[in-house]
Amino acid sequence: MNRRSRAGAALLSLAVVAGLAACSGATEEQAGAPVTLNYWLWDDNQKASYQQCADEFTKANPNITVKISQAAWNEYWQNLTTQIASGDAPDVWTNQGSYYPQFVSSGQILDIQPFVEADKVDLSQYQGGLADLFTKDGKRFGLPKDWDTMALVYNTEHLKAQGIDAAGLANLTWNPTDGGSFEQAIAKATVDEKGRNGLDPAFDKTKVKVFGFLPEWADGSQGQNGWGNLAASNGFTYLDKNPWGTQYKYDDPKLAQTIDWFKSLSAKGYAPALDKASTLSRDSLLNAGKGAITFAGSWMINSYLGDGAKLKFAFAPLPTGPQGRKTAINGLSDAIWAGTKHKDESWKWVKFLGSADCQNIVGGNGVVFPAIKSASEKALAAHTGKGRDVKVFVDEAAAPGGTFFVPITEHGNEISQLVQDAIQAAILGQTDSATSLKKANDQVNALFK
Amino acid sequence: MITTKPRDDRRAAWLFLLPVLVGFAVFYGYPAARGVWYSVTDYNMLNTATYVGAENYAKLLADEAFWNSMKVTAWYVVLNIGSQTLLALGIATLMHRLTRSVMLRATLLLPWLVPNVTIGLLWMWLLDTNLGFVNQLLHAVGLGPVGFFTDETWAMPTVAGINTWAYTGYTALLLYAGMLQIPQYLYEGASIDGAGEWRMFRGITLPLLRPVLALVLVVSLIGSFQIFDTIAVTTKGGPVSATQVIYYFIYLQAFKYFHLGYAAAAAVFLALILGVLTAIQMRLLRASRSDLA
Repeated sequence: MNRRSRAGAALLSLAVVAGLAACSGATEEQAGAPVTLNYWLWDDNQKASYQQCADEFTKANPNITVKISQAAWNEYWQNLTTQIASGDAPDVWTNQGSYYPQFVSSGQILDIQPFVEADKVDLSQYQGGLADLFTKDGKRFGLPKDWDTMALVYNTEHLKAQGIDAAGLANLTWNPTDGGSFEQAIAKATVDEKGRNGLDPAFDKTKVKVFGFLPEWADGSQGQNGWGNLAASNGFTYLDKNPWGTQYKYDDPKLAQTIDWFKSLSAKGYAPALDKASTLSRDSLLNAGKGAITFAGSWMINSYLGDGAKLKFAFAPLPTGPQGRKTAINGLSDAIWAGTKHKDESWKWVKFLGSADCQNIVGGNGVVFPAIKSASEKALAAHTGKGRDVKVFVDEAAAPGGTFFVPITEHGNEISQLVQDAIQAAILGQTDSATSLKKANDQVNALFK
Repeated sequence: MITTKPRDDRRAAWLFLLPVLVGFAVFYGYPAARGVWYSVTDYNMLNTATYVGAENYAKLLADEAFWNSMKVTAWYVVLNIGSQTLLALGIATLMHRLTRSVMLRATLLLPWLVPNVTIGLLWMWLLDTNLGFVNQLLHAVGLGPVGFFTDETWAMPTVAGINTWAYTGYTALLLYAGMLQIPQYLYEGASIDGAGEWRMFRGITLPLLRPVLALVLVVSLIGSFQIFDTIAVTTKGGPVSATQVIYYFIYLQAFKYFHLGYAAAAAVFLALILGVLTAIQMRLLRASRSDLA
């Protein structure tokens, strides 16, 4: 062995030793060694609030720093899935109902039930039912962080000019046959080019200037932004059990009736027909004065009441249907990656995110409604402080029997496309609603075989 | 007598090709081979891929949505290639016979320089049913609003039109470059014999342009099959899969539903179709031979 190769061998063995050391460092965590956790979320509006939480958290746990990364909703799930596939996922990430089941079934999310039991986390502090959305077979895959409900949003000045009483909007009724007082309000809010409203016998439905109602047709399998709420108030339930049901019921005539009612709005000229609808979002159309009323989720509060809005808007509760007033409620959670090297630290962070300490910070900034009830009150107070009336969202969430959870099952993405296409086909008149939904329902249920 | 054998340059040639070959192997060969492997597995990104044989292909052939996407793509290709080639041929001829202004040529390229996503957004606003400028114009002349992106019959022609708008200039430049190779004396002779512009176009330009035209057709056909970004920005495959082209179908399967294996099978199938189409086209247009020689 000459000199050079000896030196090489020495270097090589050094590298091997260093590699071993790195390995052992990863497997047996020394307590107190500095740890950086990667945390992902998609909403840029919330990043600042969670950064505040992370700073507080590091103050209490000086050896743990949290690095927050934000990616827009459309890229978020692709990025996450690719990162998991390459074995380099964030330690903790934000989850949503239709996307997280695939991570559960592929064993990528850590079961935190043992941690929850050991640390005696009080699950009753959360908005009713939210904590259960992220459990399966006695395992728990996240702690709830926030929730959202639906309401009607309307152009205040337009409705006033059309002689629609704002107080009356709080008690609207709806049924699939004649649309109840909700349809009356929509008709009155619709104005043609000659200034006649939808109730005027001379109303010209081919030349509508302002549509009374703006429907959302790209609304997946849940109809959270429209048909889902009304169908539920008509007695429709999505599936046999939620979460983790395996038998969907999109063929329920109560859903078809609801879709038919939406279709009738377009036929009467009160809402844009799907083939003449705008590709732009409903809030841009409302802001442009092209529509008067639509559904809005509580995550849209700052878009409608914030400084960016060009017109004055206000929220009203959803109309009461044959089975009462029903709003979709949806929640997010924080999950730990099963492959993380820092399980204990990650749990500490998730516990902190799910605690009043963090959720009060988030609530105080008035961006979303945190999952903890008391923190939600803080969010409400923050909005009220800014002169924004958003009480309807909180009232609806608290009303007994007034909420339903959007479905959480396997194959969420495919179901979303299938049902959305079926509803659009029905609206476009390719087939009638019942046939279209029956076909989609068969395709959906075939996914579970 | 000294005989000199011609020097064998082949070894040197391979040396020069090496850098490109490495790039090709790493960025095309290897991913393509992996793609073919995934197409016979049940890979979904989160599992370890296991071999499932021809299952994905069998499922693909029975998949209504897949065949719909093939049909939709074909319709798009017809609309896009048809309009784009005709327009480009017209513009190239005008440039060739009328003006050779560099400014004009540069202007033609402008739409091609704008990123596709920007083009999609731009036209989405212009053509919007309620807020779009185009519908305001239609309204001004008494025509009803047209749901360019939301009406089933209009959605695909609209997308095809946008891409034609974006690519015609580029195609025209390629054809123009081809026309420059045609000897000027042929036109002079023809005009002395009293041939008009149309006659010269049919008798000289078209036949002598054939190899270039064939190449441009093949390249733009392949490009046209790969339509994705305009659709991803504007219609997202809707309304009711009226614009769900094959690339969008593959994208949905791979990155929305995470059926990587299935998506890979569709991609392999698409590659086969493109290969066959190219071969047929090259054959029909005798692209490798020029009438100039």
